[in-house]
Amino acid sequence: MAIPLTYNFRNLVVRKTTTVMTALGIALTVAVLLSVLALLSGLRTAFASTGDPRQVLILRKGATAELNSGITRDVFQDIKFKPGIARDSSGQPMASLEMVTVINLPSVDSPQGMNLTLRGLLPLGVQMRGLKILEGRWFETGQREVVVGKSIARRYPGARLHHQLRFGKGVWEVVGVMDGGESAVNSEIFGDLGQVSSDFNRQDGLSSVLVRAADSSVVPALINSLNDDQKLNVTAQTERSYYDAQTSSGAPLQFLGVFVSVIMAVGSSFAAMNTMYAAVARRSMEIGTLRVLGFSRGSILLSFLAESLLLSVLGGLLGCVLVLPLNNVSTGIGNFVTFSEIAFNFRVTPQIMLYGILFAMFMGAAGGLFPARMAARKEILTALREI
Amino acid sequence: MSDVVIETRKLTKEFVRDEFHVIALKDADLEVRRGDFVALMGPSGSGKSTLLHLIAAMDRPSSGEIRVLGQDLRALNDRAIAHWRNVHIGFIFQSFNLIPVLNAIENVELPLKLTHLKAKERMEHAETALTLVGLGDRLHHYPRQLSGGQEQRVAIARALVTDPDLILADEPTGNLDAGSAQEVLTMLSRLNKEFGKTVVMVTHDPHAASFAARVLHLEKGLLLPEGQSAEWSASQPAAS
Repeated sequence: MAIPLTYNFRNLVVRKTTTVMTALGIALTVAVLLSVLALLSGLRTAFASTGDPRQVLILRKGATAELNSGITRDVFQDIKFKPGIARDSSGQPMASLEMVTVINLPSVDSPQGMNLTLRGLLPLGVQMRGLKILEGRWFETGQREVVVGKSIARRYPGARLHHQLRFGKGVWEVVGVMDGGESAVNSEIFGDLGQVSSDFNRQDGLSSVLVRAADSSVVPALINSLNDDQKLNVTAQTERSYYDAQTSSGAPLQFLGVFVSVIMAVGSSFAAMNTMYAAVARRSMEIGTLRVLGFSRGSILLSFLAESLLLSVLGGLLGCVLVLPLNNVSTGIGNFVTFSEIAFNFRVTPQIMLYGILFAMFMGAAGGLFPARMAARKEILTALREI
Repeated sequence: MSDVVIETRKLTKEFVRDEFHVIALKDADLEVRRGDFVALMGPSGSGKSTLLHLIAAMDRPSSGEIRVLGQDLRALNDRAIAHWRNVHIGFIFQSFNLIPVLNAIENVELPLKLTHLKAKERMEHAETALTLVGLGDRLHHYPRQLSGGQEQRVAIARALVTDPDLILADEPTGNLDAGSAQEVLTMLSRLNKEFGKTVVMVTHDPHAASFAARVLHLEKGLLLPEGQSAEWSASQPAAS
């Protein structure tokens, strides 16, 4: 049996100042990593929650985003009668022709303005997304009216209910705030397709078509049929995969966050190592005594390694506590695919906190291994004579 | 098991310190029988602690033979020695060497962690050992809350708790006042007489040595013949 953990735990309590300082160092490193992971988790959730697996998004062949895609009304007519497309209660194909562009609005964080996605669509497009209206009402056809996502209403003072926005050829009234759950729709502004395309002189230069397959089993066949149709010259993919691909917007942040965390982790490991070397030196006589009582070198090694791990777990838990206030805090980053802002909430999930604690334990193990090895290698008499 | 508990033949320990070759113990021949209470006496640097450390397998001899409880200690590896020490040896230090963050009963329980006893049994054994040394009412006191004499009694309880065959004590009264020293020596004497424990005690205090049945003297690394003391060695050549 190993040396009891009580021994290590109480030693950490006895030298509480050193313990707290070292744990704080580890906690800050963990907090940096967790902040980045929470941000990425929020971003991932926003994109993952967007899109119905039965729905297919169609862009011009070669286009990577709705923003640089072009679809004419003729192509739309050909698309909507493709076999495999679901019909609504009135028997009409569930196909939504849409126009996407960006407009610039000043936000809380950026008074000079940020790009936002403006989507012109038919009422059917709203229905296909299953959105709920939080405040106000939906826009009316032929009117300069928009409905904004709830993140926009929160982050852009000028885009709140009953406010007016100036873009295109005139002034648009915000008549409603929509709730897209946790999806990217919360970062978009919806208006009537006809009015939006007219204001931007793009009556026949629209962006995309969203269609719903009759059944999820026919989705692959529908995609193949659209992609293989030379006359249409379009690229089709599921709506969900289109948004999943946009998670790459967080890649530079992820790289930077992990890079900074790794650099900090090296520093924190050295801090843990320093603390543990001091502990080994201070407790030399105890190490000798434990050996005399019959504990093996392996037990000593494990005991000091366990102490370093306990210290790091404490740091990991502190790190989790430090980032908890970030949970559900709203933020936004530039989406490199749509060239507009995507707003989302930090998500400090139990899984992320577990990663943080494991990361802390890695730092503890790296910092504790050499001091523990030194403790285990001490000769009994040398250990007993050291003060 | 043979009646001979400790047997050494030409036991020698040499080492190099600051480029000087030092002979700490030279050709020591010793035989200790079951139930003996032996005091090893001598001035500082005479080799008495070295001999005790070799008996406890805390150090390895440079040459010679050593058998303790029938076991050739040179034949055991590190891990086996640790286990052997836990099972057969109870060691009492001059500075008590209690673990400061553990209370009395946890300190005494520590060597039992290496046995197959269950937690409840371990605590019962530890409590019995502490009661035996008169500290039944100090089970949950930390070392800093005990007097020197009480700390040494906890250390004795820790040495006893595994019911070892051999108790080795290195200057057990060196850090104690006269009253506490008397208590500790009486306790060791009781362990020897009432419980039949074999005790080997290093001391330079003639009063402490008077509690032992046999007193052996060491001088400059040489173990003098029984009944002989430093005066005898005055006319003999030095070991180093």
